[in-house]
Amino acid sequence: MKTCLVVDDSKVIRKVARHILETLQFEVREAGDGREALDSCLASAPDVILLDWNMPVMSGMDFLRALKDSGLSQKPKVVFCTTENGMAYIRAAIEAGADEYVMKPFDRETLESKLQIVGVA
Amino acid sequence: MMHARPAPPASAGAMNLIASLLEQRTGQQIAANRTWRIETALKPVLRELQLDTLDQLATRLVTDQKADIAEKVVDALLNQETSFFRDNGVLDMAVSALTAFQAENPQRRLRVWSAGCSTGQEPLSLAILAHEHDIKGGGMLPEIVATDISPAALDRARAGLYSQFEIQRGLPIRRMIDWFDGEGNEWTAKADLVRRVRFRKHNLVSDPPPPGKFDIVLCRNVLLYFSLALRRQVFETLAAALRPGGLLVLGAGETVIGQTDAFAPSDRYRGFYQRLDRNAAPQAPAEPTHRLPKATGIL
Repeated sequence: MKTCLVVDDSKVIRKVARHILETLQFEVREAGDGREALDSCLASAPDVILLDWNMPVMSGMDFLRALKDSGLSQKPKVVFCTTENGMAYIRAAIEAGADEYVMKPFDRETLESKLQIVGVA
Repeated sequence: MMHARPAPPASAGAMNLIASLLEQRTGQQIAANRTWRIETALKPVLRELQLDTLDQLATRLVTDQKADIAEKVVDALLNQETSFFRDNGVLDMAVSALTAFQAENPQRRLRVWSAGCSTGQEPLSLAILAHEHDIKGGGMLPEIVATDISPAALDRARAGLYSQFEIQRGLPIRRMIDWFDGEGNEWTAKADLVRRVRFRKHNLVSDPPPPGKFDIVLCRNVLLYFSLALRRQVFETLAAALRPGGLLVLGAGETVIGQTDAFAPSDRYRGFYQRLDRNAAPQAPAEPTHRLPKATGIL
């Protein structure tokens, strides 16, 4: 079973994402900000991270940079999942090392297709 | 507080009239257990025409002979479900076949027909793949002809307009960056991509195929709505569009087996069907790696 870490400061989004991911046979872990997510990754790297952009304590972009510098031997796939839906944000996320990008709101089909594209579903 | 009363259920007569209109115009049938689709799909049409019930709509169709009302009804009932890179493995195999055809005869420009293209995601996905794989028979990218019966779907395809929901389904983000512009809920395929596809209106049941012979015809998830008799007829149209040895690509739940002798399952491209040369002496069907005889008249 593949593991997905859902990083979002909204409990509602985490709940929706968890529900969809569990129907896709993922084991789901949750984090409310980038710092919590980094701790979770260092403890045990997931296969894929669903990452919000704007969060308290540590943003999605800061988390991505920290993950890059973390020295993790196996880097998880990173799918940004955010309300930022302009091309400038999308380019910035991909240049920073994200593998895919989902604009909120999303549904099961969208999430599944993105997870297939990064090779974890 | 006032609550709107739910509309009474449509009469069997109204449902039959609307289903018959769809079949008459497009050949598509609505299965008895899917008539709920009529009510769901026609809600926007009822709103637009300021009608409350399907019975009122049926009456309008009978008494008001304006073609645009019937066209709106038919357009709304067509299933336009599609997405970019849908069943990606199928498109990858189509590209492999095009690559093999090109190796066979590098001087010939390849031709693909996307039949029932809806809002254009399938032919645009193919155009992107052809570019990425540098498929340039005769020095040119393949000619991609994309047809649909719905004028509204074709208008959107020609404009390359997609919602946030549509742009996200199946389209890898790097390809979106390369081939689309937009923000929020409005995304547009770049003109350089859209002009690689020729969109045109076409009725698979009543129109002859587009002129010339094609190397590959994709007709996915269209024939499942047709009766067996109509499917047989449409297979003849699709066969007439393909050169012998060319490939037909159907949807996952569709097959030619037991319905036509114009095609046989391809040995090389699993799930694809090869156009047979019914005039040729009986022999094992030629796979695309073999050079086709000039007598086929399509080189």
